[in-house]
Amino acid sequence: MSDPAGQLKGHIRVDGLTRGFLGPDAQPVSVIEDLSVEFEPGLLNVVMGQSGCGKSTLAYLLAGYLAPDAGSMTIDRRPITGPGEDRIMVFQETALWPWMSVTNNVIFGPLVRNAISRQEAKVRAEELLERFGLIDFKDKYPGQLSGGMKRRAEIAQALINSPDIMILDEPFRGLDVMTRELLQEYYLKLFEDSRLSTLFITSELEEALFLADRIYVMAEPPDNITSVIEIDLPRPRTIDVTTTTQYLKLKQEAMHHLYAGLEVSA
Amino acid sequence: MNEGKKLLNMWAGYLLTVTAWYVCVKWLPIPSFQRLPDPVTVVVEWFNPDPDYGLSLFTRDYYLHIWYSTYRATTSFLLAVVLGVPLGILMGWRAKANEYASALLGILRPIPPLAWVPVAILIFPGNEPAVIFVTFLVAFFATTMNTLLGVRSIDKDFFRAAQCLGAEPKDILKDIIIPGALPSIFTGLQIAMGAAWFSLVAGEMIAAQYGLGFMILESYNLVQYPTIVIMMITLGIVGYLSSALIRVAGNRMMRWRAQAIGIGAA
Repeated sequence: MSDPAGQLKGHIRVDGLTRGFLGPDAQPVSVIEDLSVEFEPGLLNVVMGQSGCGKSTLAYLLAGYLAPDAGSMTIDRRPITGPGEDRIMVFQETALWPWMSVTNNVIFGPLVRNAISRQEAKVRAEELLERFGLIDFKDKYPGQLSGGMKRRAEIAQALINSPDIMILDEPFRGLDVMTRELLQEYYLKLFEDSRLSTLFITSELEEALFLADRIYVMAEPPDNITSVIEIDLPRPRTIDVTTTTQYLKLKQEAMHHLYAGLEVSA
Repeated sequence: MNEGKKLLNMWAGYLLTVTAWYVCVKWLPIPSFQRLPDPVTVVVEWFNPDPDYGLSLFTRDYYLHIWYSTYRATTSFLLAVVLGVPLGILMGWRAKANEYASALLGILRPIPPLAWVPVAILIFPGNEPAVIFVTFLVAFFATTMNTLLGVRSIDKDFFRAAQCLGAEPKDILKDIIIPGALPSIFTGLQIAMGAAWFSLVAGEMIAAQYGLGFMILESYNLVQYPTIVIMMITLGIVGYLSSALIRVAGNRMMRWRAQAIGIGAA
């Protein structure tokens, strides 16, 4: 999965990244401190950590919605200075506009950028909706969809823009287990077909193991990325992979890394 | 509860009220009530081709009064929509516009419409524009404030998602702000319509030669008591119809809302 010729797009390089916020008593709190990490393109990179470890902040910084206090971030050697067309972020909260039909939600991006004609956009949107099992709902409004369908529509809304990188910030949080597994399989299939460089943020170990090529375990500053775990489970993967001994071994290893730094205080 | 039963209850409510009215006027020994016309007298007068006091469903003047009031209310209302909706949107969209306008509106809005009548008569040539101005004012405030509230209540994620996909200010205005504020705008329009009728009737009583409000006071002065009640009921009907029209228009423009809560056909 290496990329010797440098063909693949979406190579993220982060160097000395620092970002803080004002805490409750107006004291600056560091969320990310002097973080250096590299996400190789063409991989499904998962950043995993407890809530509050700064992983969402990292996603927002990379998406360009937050500016760093210090450090540099580049994608394919281009510095990140703000939101850009090369990356799309899918949020934790649903961001479909309730007043637009599913199709109009999906084609919004290309239309506002005048990238392609409305006709063309509709054709592409229908291909995507077909693939995500939403074609029968293309004229419905988001309020008529289930939680899982909304999530799929959002991913279609992101993908139509053909980004170099997808940034997904806990996209399947709050869904029931079955829907969640279904969506993970949808995304896996999509990734395995396209090898679209992905940064997937999650707090769930099972989700990380099932999806990832690499898991970056993140902890609160000053630890940052505490370990990188190579997940060499075969692709294409199905949910059956989670019962193999290889999976269980990786899970054990990951848990070891996860709990390494944690001590129960008496 | 089924539709038939609802209708039955509705008519029962009317019947009960009319009976109470009849009993109070005709049978109870309350002297002040005995000057009031009873329901039978009112209905007979209303449907009389040759009315005792000059106004019934069969006279031209009856419709002339309705026409004048409707014309004034509609003109004021439309002016309020044309000026209030854009102002409210501007105030919600651009912080600077809000800084200019909100302090001024805060002072002007609590002034009751009737307090404007003398100034309005002084400013405008003739009574007609003065009455329309006073009516317009209350409708304008209601429209502006609710539109502002509507824009403010739009989820911030909706803006962020649009920007993320490359939307420019004009797209945000057209696709996010206006549709997003529409539910609140229509609530404002309903309030504005009600407020318009309220201050219109007051304005007509003071400065007009025609109109339902004028005729109510005039009938009192001329001791034509049944006409007062006819005009009051007419006002109720016209006011109800105008609100219903706005509601229908709103539901047509916001199909997404009706469908999301499952009351509209797909």
